[in-house]
Amino acid sequence: MIETITSFFLQLADDYPRWNFIFFYDSFQWWRLVGGLKMTILLSIACVLLSVVIGIVGAWLQGSPRRWVRLLVQGYIQFFRNTPPFVQLLFFYFALGQITPTITGPDGWTEVPLISNVGWAIISLSFFAGSFNVEIFRAGIEAVPESTREAADSLGFSRFQSYVELVMPLAFRVSLPALNNNLVNLIKTTTQAIGIAVPELLYECVGIWNDYPSALYPTMTVLFFVFIILVGILVAGMHKWEKSMQIPGYGAS
Amino acid sequence: MNWTETEPIISIKDLHKSFGSLEVLKGISMDVMKGEVVCVIGPSGSGKSTLIRCINALNDINSGSIKVEGQEVHDPKLNKLELRKKVGMVFQQYNLFPHRTALQNIMMAPVKVLKQNPEDVRERAINLMTRVNLTGKEDSYPGELSGGQQQRVAIARSLAMNPRVMLFDEVTAALDPETVKDVLITIKDLAEDGMTCILVTHEMGFAREVADCIYFTDRGIIVEYGPPSTFFSDAKDPRTKEFLSQIL
Repeated sequence: MIETITSFFLQLADDYPRWNFIFFYDSFQWWRLVGGLKMTILLSIACVLLSVVIGIVGAWLQGSPRRWVRLLVQGYIQFFRNTPPFVQLLFFYFALGQITPTITGPDGWTEVPLISNVGWAIISLSFFAGSFNVEIFRAGIEAVPESTREAADSLGFSRFQSYVELVMPLAFRVSLPALNNNLVNLIKTTTQAIGIAVPELLYECVGIWNDYPSALYPTMTVLFFVFIILVGILVAGMHKWEKSMQIPGYGAS
Repeated sequence: MNWTETEPIISIKDLHKSFGSLEVLKGISMDVMKGEVVCVIGPSGSGKSTLIRCINALNDINSGSIKVEGQEVHDPKLNKLELRKKVGMVFQQYNLFPHRTALQNIMMAPVKVLKQNPEDVRERAINLMTRVNLTGKEDSYPGELSGGQQQRVAIARSLAMNPRVMLFDEVTAALDPETVKDVLITIKDLAEDGMTCILVTHEMGFAREVADCIYFTDRGIIVEYGPPSTFFSDAKDPRTKEFLSQIL
């Protein structure tokens, strides 16, 4: 089976020199691609989860009775939403990376930074997408009627209990379509981690086509293909989730 | 606070409340004894709803005093949870939690707020569903129930906290005429069981039947009050007379 595939792509590269799918017959290039794909998936999952947590916590803090807390959240949103994510990434890695402490590496003698480039990519992209998520959840929270919250108040719910039991479950349902869009964007934006040499899919693909210019079209094809699949999985999952959370007799059902 | 049952369970003295420059309550005083059923009637905008919202601190007040079982409601040091355990409230728009079934709506506050054992609460909630005549609707979501049914779930939800006083804020105003009756019967049963009730209502027939005392408010003051037997037949104040002539 595998031999049929490798010989097919070898032949293809021979017949059409611009379509050299080298990673389908050269095992070293294949594992480069697989490594990149794994890193892209890791970045995507980590950033999606962290950015949603940031969104939920941020939306909670935005409703704080303390003015300075609300101002802080507002400042965070303005900064991360209104500046380019690529610049943020470089800022985190090169500027903040300079002042974070280092630890002794696994070999026992080199000093390595406490937060690796992968760590910075996850932090920076999550905070970027998180700033949008805060606003997305805020819109959802505002859609929860004040009177429903009053009912919770009158039953003795604290602000936190009311947020966890009532406001967030309802707001989340309203927010899902907008959240969906933002998370799709986030997954695509993980490719920017190439800027700080995170070995994700784009990084490995660029590496392959630099080594083998004849593999340029094939690697680009793979890139598009992989992201269509990855985003497709996210969207299908979110859609399923949205359906499962629908409330009988409430909203569109 | 050494409150005894010989004193009013709710005592309001010279209550003033403004929204911005609009003074809604201009010195309201009212005493309600334990087990009493009080109906507050009056034209729209006369401050009826604001009055009962102040009693469980959903609205703050500008001056005056409201005491529930001798405890000042608007004392900044007041533990709001203690107040809300004592005072149940039912709203015009039911305000059920749409993502929870009827039974869950009733169980939520005792379990999450009072941290009571879910099994015990469940049993009590099922009994309450029977009491409001909704057996079989335990697993329905609010969106699947009629207005009258939702309102009865809302009453059961309030009762699950074992309140001493129930406040009803125009609870039948949003209902279809044919479901109003079921809700009124539920409230009447409650009143007959000795629950202290304050109702803001437009249902004059109902007020006449269940109330021990009727208060008529207009433009932020209590114009007149008295037991239904005398209130409806010989109102003294011209404003009361005019209001009654319009609706009776």
